[in-house]
Amino acid sequence: MRYSAVSLLRQGLAGQTGWPQAWRSPEPKKSYDAVIVGGGGHGLAAAYYLACVHGMRRVAVLEKSWLGGGNTGRNTTIVRSNYFFPESAAIYDFALRLYEGLSQELDYNIMLSQRGILMLAHTEHDMELMARSVNAMLLNGIDVELLDAKQVRAEVPLLNFAPDARYEIHGGFTQRRGGIARHDAVAWGYARGASGLGVDIIQGCEVTGFDIVAGRVTGVQTTRGAISAGAIGLAAAGHSGVLAGMAGFKLPIQSYALQAMVSEAVKPILDTVVMSSATGMYVSQSDKGELVFGAGLDLYPSYAQRGNLPVEREVIAGMLEMFPAFRRLKLLRAWAGLVDVCWDYSPIIGPAPVQGMYLNCGWGTGGFKAIPAGGWMLAHLLATGQHHPISAPFDLSRFETGRLIDEAAGAGIAH
Amino acid sequence: MLLIPCPWCGPRDEPEFKFAAEPALRPTSDVSDAVWADYLYLRTNEKGFHREVWSHAGGCGQFFLLERDTLTHTIHRALKPGEPS
Ligand SMILES: Cc1cc2nc3c(=O)[nH]c(=O)nc-3n(C[C@H](O)[C@H](O)[C@H](O)COP(=O)(O)OP(=O)(O)OC[C@H]3O[C@@H](n4cnc5c(N)ncnc54)[C@H](O)[C@@H]3O)c2cc1C
Ligand SMILES: [Zn+2]
Repeated sequence: MRYSAVSLLRQGLAGQTGWPQAWRSPEPKKSYDAVIVGGGGHGLAAAYYLACVHGMRRVAVLEKSWLGGGNTGRNTTIVRSNYFFPESAAIYDFALRLYEGLSQELDYNIMLSQRGILMLAHTEHDMELMARSVNAMLLNGIDVELLDAKQVRAEVPLLNFAPDARYEIHGGFTQRRGGIARHDAVAWGYARGASGLGVDIIQGCEVTGFDIVAGRVTGVQTTRGAISAGAIGLAAAGHSGVLAGMAGFKLPIQSYALQAMVSEAVKPILDTVVMSSATGMYVSQSDKGELVFGAGLDLYPSYAQRGNLPVEREVIAGMLEMFPAFRRLKLLRAWAGLVDVCWDYSPIIGPAPVQGMYLNCGWGTGGFKAIPAGGWMLAHLLATGQHHPISAPFDLSRFETGRLIDEAAGAGIAH
Repeated sequence: MLLIPCPWCGPRDEPEFKFAAEPALRPTSDVSDAVWADYLYLRTNEKGFHREVWSHAGGCGQFFLLERDTLTHTIHRALKPGEPS
């Protein structure tokens, strides 16, 4: 069904009883041309682009729990492309441009809100480094602007400009095309689009092993039986290392818990996304009115999908330092996702050490913004066996050649 | 909050400690790039039982080996360097 004002009206008059399911839930077939492990945003987007760009229809997405139940449904939904290195700018801006047309393309409102994203500088040194980053980004063709303290104050008057503020604000920079989107809608929209093109989306189906013959993968073992596949894509985020272990190789990835939280809902008070380099925290206000915020990782390996109090306390302290007015808000919920962090804070996209297997992982704390591009690149690999030019620099081999794309040092911002 | 038993100081709160790495032996300098990359970057990243090097950074400053479960966060035991396991 096409979603439109007419269908909304018609369903409204019919008491909302006639909406069809947004995607089919078929039984898994015995064999597919391509199987994608992981029904998060990246896996679902890859399936959608495999079907619509490459015309492959015998495709399945296998998800061990429910769609978007991993990081895609747990993140703070910031989208932006203000990265330091040209390789990163190319892939993240490709993603942002796809996001800009995605609601139309999928006929599904992903609620993209390009409200801008402001990164604060707290010392003169911060400002100098920021000017350097901004210049690099402008050379990469990204729409960023350096702001002085007065401009920041005009844009976000609620920030702590008190004379005794612990972190004085010296300025900042903004990307106005950045912002937020609805995370569940991104997963659901791609699922609906892919399913409509014939892709089988199979939830409650955990991959437990791989069939590998003479160095080539021929299929997967799952909790719902064996499935053979011409090509296999891994898009399992925090569980990438577990899957790699099943296939007999290791990855340059460590899994950590990353926390986020929301306050109770209040009237509109914050109309952009704000990040602070000093406290590491960031905050935006959702359409429901909740303040959505988070900061750094719980810095030890974890598969627990929950964080601990010391980090939660630091995040909250950081936010209250930046926004004293938020002091009296109640905390509504806190949660964590299981993120796959690479040493250079850039993703891994490309062939795995096993033939016929392709990787899309290592997005760590910042892969929601990349979903359309990550999906596009994985689809390209699965369909052609070759890198798209944009994904080539993110090949696993960079850890051996030393050509890292060190965004941790480059842009100095996560998420 | 993790309660970590430093082998020298006894049980202390998580914020006093820093996770360092999965234990690994440094290869000699004449190995191939692949072996060197394996040492520097590749991790078993185990789900479940995991051996880890931690330091009591905000305490005695010593490094030690921690046996911990990455799924449940259960801490099994802490060993001094060289202590037979
Ligand atoms: C708290 C938090 C805040 C974040 N904030 C931002 C942000 O503001 N902006 C941003 O860009 N990014 C952010 N991120 C990062 C972002 O959420 C992730 O990088 C992105 O969602 C990864 O998508 P994915 O599809 O690769 O992984 P996921 O959505 O995690 O999907 C992987 C799926 O694989 C499944 N799976 C695992 N193992 C198996 C198996 N054996 N068989 C079958 N299925 C399996 C999992 O169940 C899961 O659903 C944040 C993350 C967290 C946790
Ligand atoms: Zn100690």
